[in-house]
Amino acid sequence: MTVPAMLRDAGLAALVALALALPVVGIRTVDTGAVLGLDYRFGWVAIAVGIVFGGRLTALLLYDRLPRGPRRIRTKGLAGRSRTLVRYAAVAFIVFAAALPQLPFSDRYVVDTATQVLIYVMLGWGLNVVVGLAGLLDLGYVAFYAVGAYSYALLAKNFGLSFWECLPLAGAFAAFFGILLGFPVLRLRGDYLAIVTLGFGEMIRILLINWTTLTGGPNGLTSIPRPDFFGLAFTRSPAAGETAFHEFFGLAFSTQHRITFLYYLILILALVTGWAVERMRRLPVGRAWEALREDEIACQSLGINRTTTKLTAFAIGASFGGFAGSFFATRQGFISPESFTFIESATILAIVVLGGMGSQVGVVLAATVLVLLPEVFRDLAHYRMMVFGLAMVLIMVWRPTGFVTQRTPTVRLSDFTPDPGAAR
Amino acid sequence: MSEPLLSVRNLTMRFGGLTAVDDVSFDADQGAITAVIGPNGAGKTTLFNCLTGFYRPSSGALHLQAAGHVHRLERMQGHRIARRARVARTFQNIRLFPGMTALENLLIAQHNDLMRASGFTFLGIFGWPGYRRAEAAAVEKARYWLARMGMEERGDDLAGQLPYGAQRRLEIARAMCTEPVLLCLDEPAAGLNPRESAELNQILLLIRREHGCGILLIEHDMSVVMGISDRVVVLEYGRKIAEGTPAEVSRDPNVIRAYLGEEESAA
Amino acid sequence: MEYFLQQAINGLTLGAIYGLIAIGYTMVYGIIGMINFAHGEVFMIGSFLTVIFITVLGSLGIHPTFTIIALVLLLVIPFTGVWGWSIERAAYRPLRGSFRLAPLISAIGMSIFLQNLVQFLQGARNKPIPVVVPGGFTLVESDGFPVQVRWLQIVIVVMTVALMIGLTTLIHRTRFGRAQRACEQDMKMAMLLGIDVNRTISATFVLGAGLAGIAGVMVAYYYNVVNFYDGFLAGLKAFTAAVLGGIGSVPGAMLGGLLLGLIEAMWSAYFSIEYKDFAAFSILVLVLIFRPTGILGRPEIEKV
Repeated sequence: MTVPAMLRDAGLAALVALALALPVVGIRTVDTGAVLGLDYRFGWVAIAVGIVFGGRLTALLLYDRLPRGPRRIRTKGLAGRSRTLVRYAAVAFIVFAAALPQLPFSDRYVVDTATQVLIYVMLGWGLNVVVGLAGLLDLGYVAFYAVGAYSYALLAKNFGLSFWECLPLAGAFAAFFGILLGFPVLRLRGDYLAIVTLGFGEMIRILLINWTTLTGGPNGLTSIPRPDFFGLAFTRSPAAGETAFHEFFGLAFSTQHRITFLYYLILILALVTGWAVERMRRLPVGRAWEALREDEIACQSLGINRTTTKLTAFAIGASFGGFAGSFFATRQGFISPESFTFIESATILAIVVLGGMGSQVGVVLAATVLVLLPEVFRDLAHYRMMVFGLAMVLIMVWRPTGFVTQRTPTVRLSDFTPDPGAAR
Repeated sequence: MSEPLLSVRNLTMRFGGLTAVDDVSFDADQGAITAVIGPNGAGKTTLFNCLTGFYRPSSGALHLQAAGHVHRLERMQGHRIARRARVARTFQNIRLFPGMTALENLLIAQHNDLMRASGFTFLGIFGWPGYRRAEAAAVEKARYWLARMGMEERGDDLAGQLPYGAQRRLEIARAMCTEPVLLCLDEPAAGLNPRESAELNQILLLIRREHGCGILLIEHDMSVVMGISDRVVVLEYGRKIAEGTPAEVSRDPNVIRAYLGEEESAA
Repeated sequence: MEYFLQQAINGLTLGAIYGLIAIGYTMVYGIIGMINFAHGEVFMIGSFLTVIFITVLGSLGIHPTFTIIALVLLLVIPFTGVWGWSIERAAYRPLRGSFRLAPLISAIGMSIFLQNLVQFLQGARNKPIPVVVPGGFTLVESDGFPVQVRWLQIVIVVMTVALMIGLTTLIHRTRFGRAQRACEQDMKMAMLLGIDVNRTISATFVLGAGLAGIAGVMVAYYYNVVNFYDGFLAGLKAFTAAVLGGIGSVPGAMLGGLLLGLIEAMWSAYFSIEYKDFAAFSILVLVLIFRPTGILGRPEIEKV
């Protein structure tokens, strides 16, 4: 491209930017009583147009210098190395995660944020079963998270069940909802499935808002029982006949105890999730999920029941969502429908896709990025979601296949001795 | 005479106003290679899709005789045909799991057995020894088929990155891993060069000889059809126009007019 | 009966608006097979542009006469068109030919971005505008229950019908329409035959965005208040309408929109207003389960 052509191209881009920005950026409507007032800021428009012009021109100039040709995809050679690499990364992650609350720079904020990351890691791993492995696009995953959270809250409040008693029940309820949802819709094609699951997510939320007698409506449920450490409560002054955590261990009371305990709790839950998903991936059920993602017709011709295989993926994914929901409820002590909006589903999905569909390590990376990103931009609270949305687009455009694209095979011929009938 | 392995009786398949398969009847025997030939659009693949449960026939019967039990394929759900009646197939446009390794492809073919061995995941997830043995046996079977197909060292390669001919062979191996009594091959020689085509003949003969399963074959490559098939069924516009040994069929005037004549004049 | 008639009129108006937005979904889905998740936001931007223009005119002392409101409508269309074009260019075109979920994820990101961009630029509060098309007439009155028809409702329905006719002509009679239908059938082949596929896709986005813009103007006039999160739900409903009518079919989108509008109005009137969105999504689910091709959609046979 010649320089004048580049200038013209950049000029056109600037013109488009002008059309976009002129009314929406240039004119701001201000609330001044009954009638809207106006506030002109054409300076902003000029800046925006300038940025677009300059950016486009720079991009064109740089693109011209770049070597052409199709991007090379590495396929071989890495496989053997990546397996040990992943194993080291996993060990390093677990060691770091376990040590985190004891590290010198850790304070309440760090541990809280890390807990947040781990919730999303767990949710991401759960959704990964559905989206990454089975290839079913689920835009309503938050519904199962909500079912888990409300199950815990209602069971704990109404029947006085402990966290550990509620956890499997919440998972079972969420799995039940998953099957209920999945059964009629699983024969739909990808995009349709996405929208129906989105519809289901919204339906659950509408139900939570309107079924006031059970769910407390828009106000949600408050004073949800907090978790205890094998019967030891994390309170300054425990009820009569009970012992508090700090009393039992002879420590001074600190709110940090509960936060640290919650952190380890979610760490264990997340690790169990990760372990279970990775094991399942290497079992026939997991291979069938991936096969289903690759080619449904071929699966059927091999005698695999498509419906039940998809349902197991949905149910298992949902139950992990339910577990995470229970944890969320006990951590917050308060839940309301506001926590279970579509944005939440989109965030979890973004984690799975950005991580690289089906990759466990990728989920950890993506969850860290997506939780920390808004934290970094915390001072600019107004921009938070805006940056989040923009980042989703940019990362997709930059790397549509996600951070980690290497798939580790579930089984290797070289791991088995070719001796016939040999059992290891 | 013993009962035929597969008997197709008055099979008809309509799509709206179009009759793709029209009142077709024929038999296929155990341990024999039956070829189904015919010009493009003759209804061969539709026949296969009815046989393997992807379409429900409009009318007619498909009976499969295996181990003293008659399976009525026209009434069975697709995945059950593969699982219970043990009918396996390949596809005209190869349908492997391209993002998974060749070995994984072959293990997925043994899904139902492995699933049971893993206690439907509940036992397998805790490393149940019975499952490990079953998995090792499954890998062994996969290795056997890889070796038979001459691609033992490619077991850990992604299926989608194998050369075309190897993909064709892998698809047959995958079908064989389901231990079928009837193997349906939809144009297995399409896109193969003459050498690969000859290798394919050997593989099919070996399968017939050593595994005793019936083979139903759709093929355009006459060197494959004439060289190895025991019987040939000829379809044209959804109807059966001839049936017999390769020699009989190639002499049949109807066939020459409808199919071979065109083929020769084109060549 | 009068109550029913009143609800039918309201439902029809709402349905016409859903239909206009649904056309954008259906055309984009038809041509590139993706759900343009950000389409609802284009509609919302159309509403905001209306508010901005009307307010600017008001501050200049120009009162909304018929000419003025028509002028605003004509002004909004190209602006939303540019938005539609830019969204496609920036977020979807680079991902064409990528794996199938990538554009959908990008679209979701775009939707989140646009919503929050408008919130950031224009504020989170409801934006009111004065009633620009006042008045109406009483259709029938009995037992003291008057069935009111607003002039604007007539304008909306008539304009929607006119646009439908225009669009059908465009698709069936013009070069662009032919190119568009060719791309729908087989994009690669269309490209080989010398159709500028990129331009055709862009034009489809612009057209859909223009129609969403019109819907945005109408909603602003009709409800006299807009908010930055209006686009999400409206978009979802419109998508439901497109599926109901049969995705890929333009008349289907319109039909689906009208049906959905009527169902929603009746549900709110006779059952419960809280659960009206619940009803809309239930319809989506039921249609997809029992008739995935919608009312006017072509059946799809699973290719083996």
